[in-house]
This record gives sequence, structure tokens and C-alpha cells, in this order.
Amino acid sequence: MKVYLDNAATTRLDPRVMARIKPYFSEHYANASSIHALGQEAFSALKKAKKIVAKNINGAADNVIFTSGATEANNLIIKGIARANRERGSKIIVSAIEHPCILESARELAQEGFNVKFIAPDKFGLIKPAALKRLIDKKTILVSVMAVNNEIGTIQDIAALAKIAHQYGAHFHTDAVQAVPYLKLDVKKMGLDALSLSAHKFYGPKGVGLAYLDRNIKLKPLLVGGGQEDGRRAGTYNLPGIIGLAYALDLAYKERKAYLQKVRALRDHLWRRVKKEIPRVKVNGSLSVRVAANLNLMFHSVEGEAILLDLSSQGVYVSTGSACSASDLKASYVLKAIGLDKNNLNSNIRFSLGRFNTRAEIAYTVDCLKKSIARLRSFTPIK
Amino acid sequence: MALNYSKKTLHNFRYPKNIGRLTRPDGYAQIGNPICGDQLDFFLKVEKRRIKDVKFLSFGCASNIATASVLTEKIKGLSLAAAKKYPWQKIVAELGGLPQQKIHCSIMAIQGLRRAIADYEAREGEKKVAGRGKKKKAMAKRKAKLKTGRKK
Repeated sequence: MKVYLDNAATTRLDPRVMARIKPYFSEHYANASSIHALGQEAFSALKKAKKIVAKNINGAADNVIFTSGATEANNLIIKGIARANRERGSKIIVSAIEHPCILESARELAQEGFNVKFIAPDKFGLIKPAALKRLIDKKTILVSVMAVNNEIGTIQDIAALAKIAHQYGAHFHTDAVQAVPYLKLDVKKMGLDALSLSAHKFYGPKGVGLAYLDRNIKLKPLLVGGGQEDGRRAGTYNLPGIIGLAYALDLAYKERKAYLQKVRALRDHLWRRVKKEIPRVKVNGSLSVRVAANLNLMFHSVEGEAILLDLSSQGVYVSTGSACSASDLKASYVLKAIGLDKNNLNSNIRFSLGRFNTRAEIAYTVDCLKKSIARLRSFTPIK
Repeated sequence: MALNYSKKTLHNFRYPKNIGRLTRPDGYAQIGNPICGDQLDFFLKVEKRRIKDVKFLSFGCASNIATASVLTEKIKGLSLAAAKKYPWQKIVAELGGLPQQKIHCSIMAIQGLRRAIADYEAREGEKKVAGRGKKKKAMAKRKAKLKTGRKK
């Protein structure tokens, strides 16, 4: 049996999305910037895709900028807004548990002379509005807090944070990559000036994402060239990807209720069994204020990568922290930030469930996990 | 950077040799810690200055376990002198290579083993000292007397 429980890293393309994309490679392949009829057809499809996106997040279609993914979208928003709004001030505030593409963008800005502040989460992995209040002032240009954390799945009170940012005249951005379809995204209700998404996190294709950005906010583009996206992001429109993103997003919200029910039931079942059948396991971060697909667990006295590879050899695919942490081998900065005991920083596994998982897969996973933990604990020197 | 382990590394991770403890070892050492992400404990039985038996415990990743598994296999039966000189490069070669960021695992295994041998040698040294205990005590007394005498 093969069990994929790494859906926060990426998801399998929905076959319906695949079918929808195909003709944009072979039939509607024209450049959406071309003036001839074929090009204009492509441009109409692009505009329609923006409308679909806008409808799903209750925003304006004109504010949608398609990108190569969320990394580009986050780089564009953080650096583009900061660099274009220097006359407002020099302070940028981001949470300490953002994805590396936000943290690294913020660090780049710090090198350029911006005053960058990081908001620490509490021990449950939540960014408290009071913590933002302590850092913000009238010179703040931008506040960015992710809607859902990629490692521990905790959900932030975005509306409350955005309200504070606006009280000080700052713009507010949220990286909502892990939020679809777990949270209803409503840029008006949440008070968002900017938001980023990535298609492959919700059963769409890889290599496409978007930056939603209020047109009234000044932006310094990252990519210049042919003037696409009204000069805000140059580069030929990736129409198959864009069509795929819009359709996948639409499906995600249309089928949200049943999807959440299913994923939550499976995740809860997984935790119930693990808690009962494996000793010395703890949940990292708040279990209740977390998306339905995520379970991040600490297995005392065994090393995370060893668990991952032991499970992998049995056909169960999980991750330690995030897919990014796998290659640099550093302990998770997210778990550090929420104050996990340093002796336990290397003993964590993220299970992220998805649409294609089944109850039988979860049963198999628990069986494998029990074997793996028992084997690794049989020779651990740690008490 | 991808993390591509060789088949041999994965096999040694899944089915490690010499894993476990030895009761009343002649030499023992611990290297690393859980905060850094890996720890190895080595246990030695020594007979006529040869490694008669060796076992290890591990808190660590696949390469931590695999390198210690290969090392313990290779040094069992060797003289202490030869075991001390066993190079980490041989472990890496034996495993068919290690990912760059995992090379340190092989070095750590070697260091752990050397520490366990050093522990054995220190214990032997103490035994000898204990054996010559009476003689030594007398010597120490004489020395002390001389010193105090000089001071006065």
C-alpha cells in the first residue's frame, strides 16, 4: 500500500483539472498578449480566470496578478510594497513563523535598510493581536501574517490582525497558501490588501500561483519586460496553469463542506489511534485552532528523519516539519518559536492529509507507525 | 539539495548490525546529543587488545544508524590500534557514498568509537594504577614530604 500524507508539501493534480488544462496546450495555445483573434480568445480565458479567482475570495478581478507560484507572489508583495512605499516609513512586520520565502524577503529588506520586526507566536503557535500592537507604529508600511502555518497548521485571526495594521495606516498581507479550502477567504471581510495563493496546494498544477493586490497600493515589480499584468509582473501568461489554478480553486470551494468533513474525520481518527496506541507522543501547536488536514506530532526519544524514512520504506510518505527543512537539516524554526523543548526539536513528524486518502490508508499508517516507533525506540540511548 | 541515500545505506538503516547494548562493557562512550539531532552510544568488549564485541545505540537519522552499523561490522576483531585508525572515508565508500550534508555522520561514528577505545584504555590504566596502588601511595607520601620540606 502507498499512502501519501504530505499534502501540505504538494497535492496530486485533480484529474478534472488536468482535463480542463489540456486544450490550453494544444488548441488554445496562443499568447494572451497577441492582438489576433486566437490571442484575444486566450486573453478572454485569462480574464475569466481572474473573475473566478475574484469570486472565490470576494475580491476584484483587476487585483489578481498571476505568478509562478507563492514564492514569487510573496517576494513580489513583500519587497514590491516595501520598496515602492518608502516615503511612508521603513518598518515591515512579519510573523516569526512565516514560510522562508517571506522571512528571506524580509531579511533582504533589512539589508536594504528597512526596519524589520518579527512577531513571536505563543506556545500554541498563534500570533496574538496584542503582540502585533507592541511592534507596530505609524511608520509601518506592511504587516504580513500567514493565514495557516505550513508546519503545524495553526490558524491565525487574520481579521483582527489586519484591523490593527489599518489603525496604524499599514498595509496588510496574508500568505494563504495553506488555507484553501480550510478557511473561507474573503478579502473584504478579512480586511486584506494583499494575499498569495499557490495552485498545487489545492489539487491544481505546479508552477502557478497568484498575488492578489489592491490596485491602489504602489508596487515595485520584481520582473520587468513585456509589461504583462499592467506592468506589475512581466512574462508570458502561463495560460494552462492559470486555467488550472482558477478551476482548482473553484472546485475546492464548491466541494469544501464534504472535503472538510472527510479530511477532518480521517485526521481525528489518526490522532485518536496514535494517542491510544503509541506512548509518549504530543501534538505540536494548538490542536483545536488548526486546519483539518494537519497533524504535527512529537515522538519522544526518536529522531524525525529516521521515522520518516522508516515509514517511507513501508510506503507511507510524511515529512519532518516542512519539505524545505528536509534538505537543510536544520531543526524547525517554527517549533523552536513555539517553545518546544530543545531536546525534542528533532523528533517531529508532519502528517498532512488530503482528498485522496482513505480510512484503510490511515489504519495502515498507524500500523506502520507503531512498528517504526517501536523499532527506533528499541535502540535509542535517550531516556 | 536532495537527500538521496544509497540502497546500501537504506538497507543498513532498516536492518542495522550490532545494534543494542552490552552489559558490563570494557569500554563505553557517548557522542552527540538530541539537540544537535544525533547521538551514538558505543559499547566495547576487548580481549588481548582486540575488539571482541561491539554494539551501539542510536538517536539519529538513517545515515547515523547506517554508518555506525557498517563501522561496527568492519572493526569487530580488529586490534585496538587498527580500529583507532579506521578512516571515515572507508565507511562512506562502503555505503556507496553519502549525501554531502550527511558526511559528518561517518566522522561522528569514528569519533565515538575512538572515544570508547580511549575509555577502555583509561580503565586499563586505572586498573594498573590500582594494582600498584600501595607502591604509589608510598611514593606520593615521600614526594609530599620532600615538597613540604623544601617549603620550610
